[in-house]
Amino acid sequence: MRQDHLISATQLSRADIEAVLDRAAEIDADPGAWQGRHDGSILGLCFFEPSTRTRMSFDTAMKRLGGRTIDMGSVESSSVKKGETLADTMRVLEGYADALVLRHPSEGSAKMATEFVDVPLVNAGDGAGQHPTQTLLDLYTMRQNVGLDDVTVGIMGDLKYGRTVHSLASALTNFDTRQHFISPESLRLPRSVRYDLHESGAQVREHTSLDEVLDELDILYVTRIQRERFPDENEYLKVAGEYQVSAEDLASAKDSLTVMHPLPRVDEIAPDVDDTDHAKYFQQAHNGVPVRMALLDMLLSEGGDQ
Amino acid sequence: MTDTDRELRVSKIRNGTVIDHLAAGQALNVLALLDIDGSGGESVSVGMNVPSDKLAKKDIVKVEDRELSQSEVDVLSVISPEATINIVREYEVVEKKRIDRPDFVEDVLSCPNRNCITNAEEPIRTRFSVLEDGLRCDYCGEIVREEEVPSYLDVA
Repeated sequence: MRQDHLISATQLSRADIEAVLDRAAEIDADPGAWQGRHDGSILGLCFFEPSTRTRMSFDTAMKRLGGRTIDMGSVESSSVKKGETLADTMRVLEGYADALVLRHPSEGSAKMATEFVDVPLVNAGDGAGQHPTQTLLDLYTMRQNVGLDDVTVGIMGDLKYGRTVHSLASALTNFDTRQHFISPESLRLPRSVRYDLHESGAQVREHTSLDEVLDELDILYVTRIQRERFPDENEYLKVAGEYQVSAEDLASAKDSLTVMHPLPRVDEIAPDVDDTDHAKYFQQAHNGVPVRMALLDMLLSEGGDQ
Repeated sequence: MTDTDRELRVSKIRNGTVIDHLAAGQALNVLALLDIDGSGGESVSVGMNVPSDKLAKKDIVKVEDRELSQSEVDVLSVISPEATINIVREYEVVEKKRIDRPDFVEDVLSCPNRNCITNAEEPIRTRFSVLEDGLRCDYCGEIVREEEVPSYLDVA
């Protein structure tokens, strides 16, 4: 299937996902062989929100393919500050680059941007919407550790606003997985994501406590609960505290449990988990480079096959 | 009381469109959706909360000298799927149009998600895919249930 843009994990079939992960594995096996593959190509990094991992791993990925990147810099220093529309900004930037990566605080921004550009565009996070490249590297990490079929996945934390959660939940429906969603009542999955899961016939259960399912899980995917989602500090502290894990908490988990996190973490995974065999979140973050190399390679190759 | 008697509560029209069996309370939304505000000089009759056999109460709209197209009437399905459309010429019903659920509607309602890009100052129109029992924003994916649709009609 040929696709020019990657906007949402909902557009990805199992075959699409496996093609990217297979390409990433080839890159991982012999990174040097890919240097120079996209000599002369330029990737435009358009980040309207702060980002460290996503921005830097796209930057590294493009450079490891032999290409270069241009970066619009912070919003404060750009024409956006002068009131330019996103549509205009993207129309201008497409003339500067062979592909664009967009992060923007509004849901649907990447989808809208595709209506104004002809070069491939990758959604690197649109508000509380989607973050499909994070999902691809999440799936790559899962495949490396426990595989993607016949697995039980627990996704915990801010499920309402967490774009990595929305993309991951949707992509997992392509595989033989059982999904458990663990969150406070106020941060349950949004209606639109539950609708898609229901439509896809996914096996989904929702919980308010990790204890209800921990011993069944092959993967525990933890996300950050943000302070600004709560009206008052005490409520936040009370709720957030219930969705933190330590090495001791994981005593009743399977020995083979893989713990993941899109990072940055604050205190939802205690540092003592880092020293256990469960911890795979740094491996996960490192996987951002080969997976984004694979994706860019496919989008930039003539007659792209992604 | 016969159907004809009931129809007479709102005067017959010679040429134009009768939009009947509208859900009670939707007549003004229908006029707004169809951009009918009387400024074009057409004569418009509105009946609200008229007793009906099919519905407990219904609204009815008659627009003189204007024949609605299929795409215009399809938009009405998002607020009143039970509505019926009769095209009238010389006092006779010459065509009955069925309302089909369109695949999508454009520029008809605003997205309830305040953080959706369609609510920013961007040069785009809203577009919603039509689901079995609601609508879905093509940009942010927000779902609007059928009963919530009237609250978000972009008819200001």
